[in-house]
Amino acid sequence: MKVYTFRKGGVHAEPAKALTASLPIRQAPLPRRVILPLAMHTGAPAVPVVEPKDQVKTGQLIAEARAQFSAPVHASITGRVVALENHIHPLGGELPAIILESGGEDHDEWDPAIRPHLDWRTLPSHTLRQMIRDAGIVGLGGAAFPTHIKLTPPEGKGVEILIINGVECEPYLTADHRLMLERSKQILQGVSILQKILGVSKTFVAIEDNKPDAIDRMVLASKEAEDIGQMAPEVVAVRTKYPQGSEKQLIEAITKRQVPIGGLPLDVGVVIQNVGTAAAVAEAVIRGVPLIQRVVTVTGRNIRQPGNFQVRIGTPVADLIALAGGYWGRARKIIMGGPMMGVAVFTDQVPVIKGTSGILVPHEKEIRAEQPRPCIRCGKCLKVCPMRLLPGRFIDFIEGKELDEAQKKHIFNCMECGACTYVCPAHRPIVQWVKFGKAQIRRKKTQRVQK
Amino acid sequence: MAKDEENILEVSISPHIHAGVDTGTIMRDVLLALAVPGCASIYFFGLSAFWLILVSSLTALVTEWVFQKLTRRKIRIQDLSCLVTGVLLAFCVPPGLPLWTMAVGSMFSILVGKELFGGIGYNVFNPALVGRAILLASWPVGMTSWRQPLRMITGPVDAISSATPLSNAKLSGIFTPFKDLLLGQVSGSLGETSALSLLIGAVYLFYRRVIDWRIPVSYLAAVSALAWLLRQDPVFHLLSGGLFLGAFFMATDYTTSPITPRGKLIFGAGCGLITVLIRLYGGFPEGVCYAILFMNSLTPLIEQFTEPRPYGKV
Repeated sequence: MKVYTFRKGGVHAEPAKALTASLPIRQAPLPRRVILPLAMHTGAPAVPVVEPKDQVKTGQLIAEARAQFSAPVHASITGRVVALENHIHPLGGELPAIILESGGEDHDEWDPAIRPHLDWRTLPSHTLRQMIRDAGIVGLGGAAFPTHIKLTPPEGKGVEILIINGVECEPYLTADHRLMLERSKQILQGVSILQKILGVSKTFVAIEDNKPDAIDRMVLASKEAEDIGQMAPEVVAVRTKYPQGSEKQLIEAITKRQVPIGGLPLDVGVVIQNVGTAAAVAEAVIRGVPLIQRVVTVTGRNIRQPGNFQVRIGTPVADLIALAGGYWGRARKIIMGGPMMGVAVFTDQVPVIKGTSGILVPHEKEIRAEQPRPCIRCGKCLKVCPMRLLPGRFIDFIEGKELDEAQKKHIFNCMECGACTYVCPAHRPIVQWVKFGKAQIRRKKTQRVQK
Repeated sequence: MAKDEENILEVSISPHIHAGVDTGTIMRDVLLALAVPGCASIYFFGLSAFWLILVSSLTALVTEWVFQKLTRRKIRIQDLSCLVTGVLLAFCVPPGLPLWTMAVGSMFSILVGKELFGGIGYNVFNPALVGRAILLASWPVGMTSWRQPLRMITGPVDAISSATPLSNAKLSGIFTPFKDLLLGQVSGSLGETSALSLLIGAVYLFYRRVIDWRIPVSYLAAVSALAWLLRQDPVFHLLSGGLFLGAFFMATDYTTSPITPRGKLIFGAGCGLITVLIRLYGGFPEGVCYAILFMNSLTPLIEQFTEPRPYGKV
């Protein structure tokens, strides 16, 4: 099998996936309490349509998407709305959330409005797209970009290629790996829905070559799909190298095309969807179930019994960690997502949100904080940058308040993958400076507009 | 929620893990690589080589510490970079150099070549070569008084003159056999004699991915090409003098060479061309030191014109 890869840059971090790769997805018990932030996606927050003391059923719409660039929120348990209030958000700060409490332990009554659409093949594209939007589906790979937006190419922009992203290049995470092994059929059902909406002529499923079992499973499922008349996707192996699963790198690896600076995959005729998102699309369209649960890898060398769990959205992280046997000793750091791009949270009371692919509690030795030292100009940051920028130099520009220069050197093309900071021998926090610089540039721009 | 001090979680911006290679480990690797030619120089030149290396490194260490202490800067001697400078400078001097001269040179290397520019990462010129240039200008006799090796692996000692192979070639038209150049049974500076030992150290640096191939390869290619064009023996020019030391250990210095891939190729080629021009038409028999110093000064300019094309730029 040919192994594809992006051309330049990237790093080989210790995969650390063996902790959970062989563990089947476990169904987590129903949480007693869920916290559902109104902003679990990129775009405008959803607007609540319930009030405190309202009774809600599982899958019921509780906050709707008023803007086009938004996503609705559904109740993930059966119970009572106890509060509409600000709650600590996994991505930082306190943001409005709907808090639900369940009536009883096993009480899980589904919203009667949920019904399957076995006739989905006869439905027009725009209806399917609307169903995906109404189900609150966002990219489950981590970015939480509303899926219906990606499925709505602007007038005149044709989409030829659909890439289903099963790369999972972040160390430690195995949620997508398990999903491919255990729910390949559902993923392919989702793929056929996406194919129909986009009208693509070619579909790929990309998987890192460190997951040969997932590749085999998806090839098999793809053959089965072909037998029943579906346009079968081509399953391709991509080299195990971080950040192979990044949209722009994956497009380059498979199609040899580069997304222009400031552009979207649509500009080169490509749409990328994560395998988890494809499964969620099938769930929403065929069974009518909105996005109220997802697979989360709970892992790390400071977790007693790491595992992959199917959990309701809004479940507090502390509940999940308890389910995974708790901590070995005390936790030094809790990371939502993987070690390369995940967000460290300061409390385990934050909820699992739609984009939470993993909860990582690493061993102290892995995360020792080092003091930054002077840059020795070794050039490693440039060597590993998959966007071929000069990452280390951004620090000089931002520190020296040369924001225009940082922009000229395409700071906004940096996706903050962290490869540069991972290798920097001087331990310079390059990603931190880049984030700070981008925020400063944005603020300056809004100030200029206000004037 | 954090209930007490004990349970406070750390937060920081991603990434949360690190490759584990830092400035100190890189410098340690360079020192290990330099240990091979270091041992070779002690074998051929005896204890005087050992004392020179020791005095040079210790002076470098003390100078850096004192400077940082006096200027109330952060003490950074733990990164071992000053030892690399010290050892490299000792490799650039003849085995008979008085120890006090060695110490003065090493002090200049660290003070003028490195700390006055702002310390590690900020210097424009390779500090060891700055030291060598100052020594050569100030004590030219000591710096050009060569000694024969004490020991030989093959052949009798008296077969070799005490002049360096390059000055023999330049002034008397005598060419030293390749075998002697390779092993290091020739007179010269501590670290420029045994090409083989330098090569072993360089292989280690490649293996540890401390240095990139571009500068040494373009440097050596340019030397061979120009030597061949000027009807010289390219192999003789490759193996003699400080070329291997310069190409693998000095031109590859991170701080003073371009970080861009194309920039590295241009830098190396420039070093090669100037080295041969000085060897053949300059006042000195050897040109490595000034060639690298000259190219150091062009590093910012080269970098500016060789920035990589970013992903997605049309």
